[in-house]
Amino acid sequence: MEDFTLLFFRVTLVTAFLTAAAYMVHFVAQGKKVRTIARVLMILSGVLQSGYIVLGFAIAGHTPLTSQHDAVVFFAWSTSIAYLSFRWRYSVKNFGTPVSMMIFLLLLVASFSHKSFAPLPPALQSVWLPIHGGVSLVAYGFLTLAFCGSLMYLLLERELKSKRFGYFFARFPSLGALDQLNHHCLLAGFAFLTVGIVTGSLWARQAWGTYWQWDPKETWSLITWCVYLVQLHQRLTVGWRGKRAAAMSVLGFIGVLFTLWGVTYLLGGVHSYAR
Amino acid sequence: MPAEKLLLIGVNHKTTPLAVRERIALSGGYEEPLAKVKGLPGVKECYLLSTCNRVELLLVIEPDSGVEERVVEFLFSGRVAIAEADQYLYRHYGRAAVQHLFKVAASLDSMVVGEAQILGQLKEAYRHAARNGTTGPLLNKLLHKAFSVAKRVRTETAIGSSAVSISYAAVQLAKKIFGHLRGRRVLLIGAGEMAELAAEHLVGQGVEEVIVANRTLARAVALARRFSGRAVSMEELVAQLQHVDIVISSTGSPDLVLRRDEVKSVMRRRMNSPLFFIDIAVPRDLDPELITLDNVYLYDIDDLTSVVEINKSERDREAVKAGRIVDEETLKFMNWYGGVAVNPTIQALRGKLDDIARQELERTVAKMPGLGEAERQQLARMTEAMVAKILHDPLMYLKSESCAGRDRSDAKITLVREVFGLGSEDHGA
Repeated sequence: MEDFTLLFFRVTLVTAFLTAAAYMVHFVAQGKKVRTIARVLMILSGVLQSGYIVLGFAIAGHTPLTSQHDAVVFFAWSTSIAYLSFRWRYSVKNFGTPVSMMIFLLLLVASFSHKSFAPLPPALQSVWLPIHGGVSLVAYGFLTLAFCGSLMYLLLERELKSKRFGYFFARFPSLGALDQLNHHCLLAGFAFLTVGIVTGSLWARQAWGTYWQWDPKETWSLITWCVYLVQLHQRLTVGWRGKRAAAMSVLGFIGVLFTLWGVTYLLGGVHSYAR
Repeated sequence: MPAEKLLLIGVNHKTTPLAVRERIALSGGYEEPLAKVKGLPGVKECYLLSTCNRVELLLVIEPDSGVEERVVEFLFSGRVAIAEADQYLYRHYGRAAVQHLFKVAASLDSMVVGEAQILGQLKEAYRHAARNGTTGPLLNKLLHKAFSVAKRVRTETAIGSSAVSISYAAVQLAKKIFGHLRGRRVLLIGAGEMAELAAEHLVGQGVEEVIVANRTLARAVALARRFSGRAVSMEELVAQLQHVDIVISSTGSPDLVLRRDEVKSVMRRRMNSPLFFIDIAVPRDLDPELITLDNVYLYDIDDLTSVVEINKSERDREAVKAGRIVDEETLKFMNWYGGVAVNPTIQALRGKLDDIARQELERTVAKMPGLGEAERQQLARMTEAMVAKILHDPLMYLKSESCAGRDRSDAKITLVREVFGLGSEDHGA
């Protein structure tokens, strides 16, 4: 069974790589045929990631979230799902390229740590696990999209401001579309992140008897949440948008990554099971 | 070849940065500079073209009169050092000058190759020159030829079909900033033709409203009516910025009409929604510092070039075709130019009089059947003598030395040709 899951993971990883490669080729050459291939591969990649998570659930009997490997795979999966759900509603030119690369990178990171087949520690045997962990990682998925969109925004904005219209000018969507994308992804990501923190707090109350214990992970997710909160607040009140909002999204995403990895490896705490 | 020299001297968007061009743009109209150039010693004819992309002087000068340096001096009038000016200027003589003029007229040298505005600007400039009497026989001929070359290029190539001037670039940029233009509002500052054209394109892309601000309100009202928009006065400018998304400025004002601080205060009230400025005026209307504001995008005409570069390949083929037409017409003109020298004119004149004499003689002889051979020869000799005597004075006039050192042969040739109805290049070539 372990061999089979490993094989399944490798197939998923290769598919993600091919998706990113196809999107990259499309980005450079701007061919319609390659774009169709890339889109199909993206959907296939999403299906394979879902299958891998279902497989993990079937083997372990709980949602696979508790090891480093499982958490990162879930992260990649939520990014894929966020992208596909987003893509369903409206398309943003060439947005698939950075997103598919992020997904591939996440799966690559996951491939460096092994899937844990050890039984779940008692503290984590709860219905809160999939709710708290799942919702938080779905939030990360949307925030990843906001990050990719923000990076594109910053690159394009720099080209427009410096008045040298080159590579990105022809390939990137409009600033307006990117800004709107950032805003929408941020709204969704922020909502999920809020729910993730609240459910985590409720679970903590149940498991440890207190809602909040300033565990490093709790602290850092709160900091990240505040960064996004400030950005949303400023956008809605004084119209922070464009470059500033994009820069804040990038900053927030750095917070996300630190909460996910930095805290676990540098600071420890009760959440550091996920090694 | 006539003794005078044809010289074209100028700067354009390719050779000279906007910052230098705006220092020589002659916003005071054509009359004054034309009169000044004409007054320079050594200048026989002159024509001035001044658009926002180029300033060009087309001159007929006496060779070796040192007039070139004086013209350069006048062009930059001390605002740019002569040594520095030389790196921006181009000078074409004779054939090269003709070719350059034809290229400009055919819109092959335009920022947006194939755009049609340049021909209108060329004609407008010619009207000023003609009214002020600064052009003479050579330039009149040359400019009319240039107009017909432009027309020929337009009808024989597809160069104009995909060309749509500055406004095309403006639409491309606006789309890159806003996504789509539906529901956006445009403010035109100054009601010039360029602004009108740009507005037309933007309206074609779904822009919701066009607001026109102009010094003379009547013109603003007229233009606004065309787009069923609103006219406002220049005093309301800053207040209007709060409600618009795209601003196209093209006033003839020598000073800035909008400064950074004014726009900065508006951005706060706009909740930072993006504001896109296009400055097609020379000298510039809008503070170049606007670009440092967040969510403000400012482009002048030079910047728009690089946008156009992206979509130009399809026009290149037609441009090659048009280039051939220009070369061909240049050759024809130079043949004519060489041919208008004295000798061909004399030949043409003599030929014409001989023809007339022969025809009249034949007609007369045909009506007088009783004439003998001797009388007939008498008559023929008489007509020949009359032709020779009539020719004497014009020929002397044509061959006479120039008076007071000023060579007027081109004027004399033209006069004789006109008086005797000798047509143009067909006879001379």
